[in-house]
Amino acid sequence: MKKYILLPVLFLSGIAAITVSCSEDFINENPPYTIDSENYFNSEQDYNNALIGAYEMLNSTYINVMLGEIASDNTLSGGESATDVLGIQQIDEMTHTPVNGNLKDVWNWTSAGVQRCNYILEFKDKIDFTGKNQIIAETRFLRAYFRFELVKFFGGIPLKGDKRFELDDEKTIPRSSIADSYAAIEADLLFAINNLSPTAPQVGRVTKGAAQALLGKTYLFQNKFSQAAAVLDQVITSNSYTLVSNYNTIFENNNENNSESVFEIQYTDAQGASFDCLQCSKGNVAVGFNGIRNYSGPFFDGGYSFNVPTQASYDAYEVGDNRRDVAILNIVTWAAANNASYGEGYKHTGFFNRKYLARQGDSNIGDQNLTNPNNYRAIRYADVLLMAAEAFNRSGNDVKARTYLNLVRRRAFGDNNHDISASGAALTDFIWAERKLELMGEGHRFFDLVRTNKAATSITGFVSGKHDLFPIPLEEIQFSNGNWQQNSNY
Amino acid sequence: MKSKLWQFAFLLFTAIGFSQSVTVSGKVYDSSTNAPLGGATVLLNKAGVASSAADGSFTVSNVAVGSTLTFSFYGYSSQEFVVSKNETITISLKQDNKAIEEVVVVGYSSKKRKDVTGAISYVSSKTIEQLKPIQAAQALQGTVSGVVVTTGSGAPGSGLNIRIRGISSNTNSEPMYLIDGYQGDINLLNPSDIESITVLKDAQASVYGAKGANGVVLVTTKQGKKNAKTKVSYNAYFGQQETTRKLNLLNATEYALLLNESFANGGQSIPYPNVSGLGLGTNWQNEVFDKAKIVNHDFAVSGGSEKMVYTFSASKIKQDGIIGLDKSGFDRSNARFSFGVDITDKVNLSTNLYYTDYNRQGLNENGLGSVLFNAINTPSTLTPYDANGDYTLVPATAGYGNEVINPLAQIANTHNSYNQKKINGNFILTYKPIKDLKITSRYGFNSANSVGKSFSKKISYGGTKVFNVDRNSVSQNAIRFSDYTFDLFAEYEKVLFDNHKLKLTTGGTLFEEKSEGLYGTGFDVPYNSWEYADIQLANGTPPEGVITSGSYKSSPYKRPSLFATLDYDFKEKYLLSFIVRRDQSSRFPTKNSVAVFKSILGGWIVSQEDFFKKDGFVNFLKIRGSYGTLGNDVAGNNDFRSTLVNSSYVLNNTLTNGVATGKIPNTKIKWETDTKLDLGLDVRMLNNKIDITADYFNDTRTDLLVGGVPISGINGGYAPGSGSPTVNAGTVVNKGFEFSLNYKNDSNKIKYSLGFNATTINNEVLEVKNSTGYIESGSFGIGQLAPTRMEVGQPMGVFYGLQADGIFQNQAEINAHPSQSGLGSATSPGDIRYKDINGDGAIDFKDRTYIGKPIADFTLGFNVNVNYKNIDFVAYAYASVGNDLIRNYERTENRLNKLDYVLDRWTGAGTSNTVPRVTTGATNNNLFSSYFVEDASFLRIQNVQIGYTLPSKVIAKLGISKVRLYAAANNVLTFSKYRGFDPAANTGNPISGGIDYGFYPTPRTYSFGFNVNF
Repeated sequence: MKKYILLPVLFLSGIAAITVSCSEDFINENPPYTIDSENYFNSEQDYNNALIGAYEMLNSTYINVMLGEIASDNTLSGGESATDVLGIQQIDEMTHTPVNGNLKDVWNWTSAGVQRCNYILEFKDKIDFTGKNQIIAETRFLRAYFRFELVKFFGGIPLKGDKRFELDDEKTIPRSSIADSYAAIEADLLFAINNLSPTAPQVGRVTKGAAQALLGKTYLFQNKFSQAAAVLDQVITSNSYTLVSNYNTIFENNNENNSESVFEIQYTDAQGASFDCLQCSKGNVAVGFNGIRNYSGPFFDGGYSFNVPTQASYDAYEVGDNRRDVAILNIVTWAAANNASYGEGYKHTGFFNRKYLARQGDSNIGDQNLTNPNNYRAIRYADVLLMAAEAFNRSGNDVKARTYLNLVRRRAFGDNNHDISASGAALTDFIWAERKLELMGEGHRFFDLVRTNKAATSITGFVSGKHDLFPIPLEEIQFSNGNWQQNSNY
Repeated sequence: MKSKLWQFAFLLFTAIGFSQSVTVSGKVYDSSTNAPLGGATVLLNKAGVASSAADGSFTVSNVAVGSTLTFSFYGYSSQEFVVSKNETITISLKQDNKAIEEVVVVGYSSKKRKDVTGAISYVSSKTIEQLKPIQAAQALQGTVSGVVVTTGSGAPGSGLNIRIRGISSNTNSEPMYLIDGYQGDINLLNPSDIESITVLKDAQASVYGAKGANGVVLVTTKQGKKNAKTKVSYNAYFGQQETTRKLNLLNATEYALLLNESFANGGQSIPYPNVSGLGLGTNWQNEVFDKAKIVNHDFAVSGGSEKMVYTFSASKIKQDGIIGLDKSGFDRSNARFSFGVDITDKVNLSTNLYYTDYNRQGLNENGLGSVLFNAINTPSTLTPYDANGDYTLVPATAGYGNEVINPLAQIANTHNSYNQKKINGNFILTYKPIKDLKITSRYGFNSANSVGKSFSKKISYGGTKVFNVDRNSVSQNAIRFSDYTFDLFAEYEKVLFDNHKLKLTTGGTLFEEKSEGLYGTGFDVPYNSWEYADIQLANGTPPEGVITSGSYKSSPYKRPSLFATLDYDFKEKYLLSFIVRRDQSSRFPTKNSVAVFKSILGGWIVSQEDFFKKDGFVNFLKIRGSYGTLGNDVAGNNDFRSTLVNSSYVLNNTLTNGVATGKIPNTKIKWETDTKLDLGLDVRMLNNKIDITADYFNDTRTDLLVGGVPISGINGGYAPGSGSPTVNAGTVVNKGFEFSLNYKNDSNKIKYSLGFNATTINNEVLEVKNSTGYIESGSFGIGQLAPTRMEVGQPMGVFYGLQADGIFQNQAEINAHPSQSGLGSATSPGDIRYKDINGDGAIDFKDRTYIGKPIADFTLGFNVNVNYKNIDFVAYAYASVGNDLIRNYERTENRLNKLDYVLDRWTGAGTSNTVPRVTTGATNNNLFSSYFVEDASFLRIQNVQIGYTLPSKVIAKLGISKVRLYAAANNVLTFSKYRGFDPAANTGNPISGGIDYGFYPTPRTYSFGFNVNF
């Protein structure tokens, strides 16, 4: 009988032996037709492919642009109602808190851009090929661009060199100071300037001029005026860029990547996304959000009526300034003239952000409102001129400052009669005022007001020492487990 | 035909010696009722030679004098008769309760029900026959304790959510389904093919360690019976379905008046200066809800001889949707063949093969933009059709919502199709080399191919409606899916020293699953028509750089396992079982892939003790308990692997494709473990008329696998194509009591039985391993904060929002209350007052608190069964108490229709303290608060059926053994205070399941049918 009891025991042992000995190989089968991201970068093409991934994250910065306007005195939140995209509403009211879905998006998406750049940089020494420096330089420009956005919004950021963040790094790597964060950005841009071609290998990729312009901007944000003036002047004297003579055409879809475009974020109507993944859209999501509510009429397509310019913004333009009716759509006048109809959303002002409204004739594949092809003109030559003007003015060279300022004004008015002849602090004020008018609707205003200490006097509800920075998302503070401090007064 | 079949089988598988002699004929009766017994087997020398006809008659010719005939019938004691001469005899067979003592499958082997020490629930084919579920799992709804069945949609063919003893997993709380031992989809089975469903609820399931944590549902399909006459049955029913509920919406006049008031309150001119003549307007729900047909046929033949059994069955069900009819319809055809044969005395081979062909069409449902959502929100002042007979457009102007369109147009313009063809089944070989040892080798498999297609028609609903399509396209996919479960195990049973019964079961299981697919999109379908919608004809060039076709191949999912169970039984009084299982899953990195699960079960059948008087008040008493661990590997196949995904950016004005890192891997991912404790009691009383089962359970799930767990944004998880990792992120406990009571009385002319069951569940999240202590999910309104959470100290899916505290009646009350301006809008009399939960003197989003939960405190089930002469009656009901739902099917736009509760709104001091004023101005009233949380407790009468069986005298002459006609109503009535369509609905998401986005209601069905047996 004993052997009968042994039988099943033997049986089990047999199966166990077979199972355990075979199972390691059996279990470890690699997934078919997939590439391990840690075994990549084996050819030049691999680097190019990963670079596309880094560029891709630029598309999600539409929200940064919108918030840069809405937070400022240029526009109001708008939308359907007081609770339509609560995060945007609160930023407009300066009542935003660390619980804010849109600020969380800025943090998450822009940080993802940094991470994608670091994916390439982590493997930058794996293989060598001609032209690798161009790719690395583009990557470092992009990392600087994303980091600059983060510093503008949130102040000092965590830095980990050329390595990707890993899980739990937020608990150990501190937020660097703003100065150190800028230093990292400057280092990236200096490398980029030294290694980038003056002309882009493909339309949409960055150039040496773009890196110089961004470096100038970075200096300007730190009040390093003479350094800013020097590097911005290089962009101007390179003669690579000219102002488009007719301001009216700059923002039309048939005039993308024009002679004035120093750095432009590329969008298309060919592939959309849904509200579940706005960062996935290859279209400019801001355009649909800015759109005229329930619009029916010629030329424009409708949208969600966010980011509506104020009456004061409209009135800020002098008589004869061609930019007003390009930057701001007066819907009442337009509707009357074109037999169009429209709806009035929340905080309706009668104005829309015309530079970034949907134009008719796009295929908007995926979603009519989320897949608009309007490129975002991130750094325009006019912006470079005004930044240079400011840098020269504030570092004591008013002659050059006036020259650059008046280049912009002459284009705006179509004559020389509106030239500015002031100097010193008065000239500074003129330059700042010009920035508002020239760059209306382009997402720069809030950060200009903050860096020039004008925010408290210009923005209702703005508290100095608090609203200069946006709060770090509450979740991030909690994830960091005490490692990161919240920005002051939040 | 039946007799031919029988003869065929008879000739094939029996050996008969035709020697001399006599003929014996007669009738077989049931000894207690004296009813004739059809189908009884007559054996001569252990070989079947005849079987009794429907009227009980039989004839055996050429029987040698002196030989013995044996009469046997399932559930009866056999009787022998020694042949002496030509004669006509009467055989009365006695029912044998012991012979039909239920044997239930509790793992790799089965047990007599009285010996089961785990907590199980059991549903027999009889219950399934009565309930006539369209999907088999519906038969678990309200019939057994501890199991909750909900659906996210009443649309035909929609999935069901089965929860055994509560929700513990964040990712997937579905139990494992095993069909005759292999993993399969219970809901694609024809319910009539099911012999029984056993639900393993406690540590008993740890023999299925890897998958047992959510409980295990074991489905046993019907098999032919040995030595049984061929049985043919045909069942059919025809029914009509209708919606159980329509919401009370404003009619055109009420709507216009309300709008006037709301515009006036918002300081705007009134939109309807003249409301006379508007009348009732259109009730859009009447427009979209139809009466829809359901038709079911099934047919089965089964039988068996001494050495083999067989079953063949086929069925077809077709169900139209109550919204859009065939646009949300489904049909399913099944064919099944099962066959078993004793190859030798020691070897048995059996096989089951199942073929399913399944079609489904769907409409946009459950959410903003769904057909029902639009039917609720479209103003009643609009007509369905305009003067030209075209669909009226919902204006594309302010206040109408960008996604609100004419729901009839939406139905008409929705085109899609899905077809799945599937073969599943198993092959089982058993070998008994020696008396006490049985070795089983079985291979079960599923192999499915599906094709899907959806057509996006070029269409304009005016303005910027989100459903406008500028360019038509058709998307198609083809998917191939396969898996197999291979088992090899031995059962060894031995009685030692008379009273010690041991059973050892050991073996191994191998499971593997893979799938692959192709998909593509074509543009510019000819004539913009569904009729031509196929990529073959859609040859428009896609936008440059857009990848419109692709393929995928899954990483194989593999699970090799070993197990052993030891059952010990002393004098049929003391029962003890040990279960151990070693599992390995390819979903975890090698170093974490192995897990070992153990459990112990014990039982004491008190009624077997000598001191126990079995013929007293209590006839049977068993005390049992179980404790053990089980596992769960509900992670993705590649959650620990670093992968690359596609990325793209516009370069040279063309979308250019590249790569980026995919979902963030978690290289430390490991098994989720469930520790289950169960203490139970089985009692039978009053001559076994009352049968009671009671259980206490406590299931603690640790290392909960949570998919997409929020992590710091610096890791890049929010990039397109990336995602947050799956993490072992928490602990959840479910504890509660289960009780079921059945009373059966067969002794009178009126035979009846009553059943009742109750389950209480206390669910609590004990730990969330991130620094926030919670994970959020779901959405409310547009752009609002997530309303549901998994949070420490709270039940799963707790609702998190503002606490409404009445309505401000006047400005003085507002002034006296902490300012609500932190919520974003100014407050006026008539607005909702929110509680200052954190007591900081200001109302803002920090004052959100716990305001409801989707999990019921207890669920109840009732059933009644009555038989009187030829008439039978059954009724099933179930109830759920203490669960809440979030009302999220109302759009807040100013010009959309509203539910009629707004008629009770605040219009001045003292008018209402529950419903706020209406206004087009900005208010905080639409923020997620307890105002939008409703008690969704309900009592539902699920099924009422009355049947009539034709007298056997009448039909026996026709060679028919049974004809039963019946009329039934399903989902008859629901009693609930809940205002929405279906208080029983749940999206199935463990956290956000309690948000009602406008559930497609489960229809009420009236049907008429018949069962015929030959």
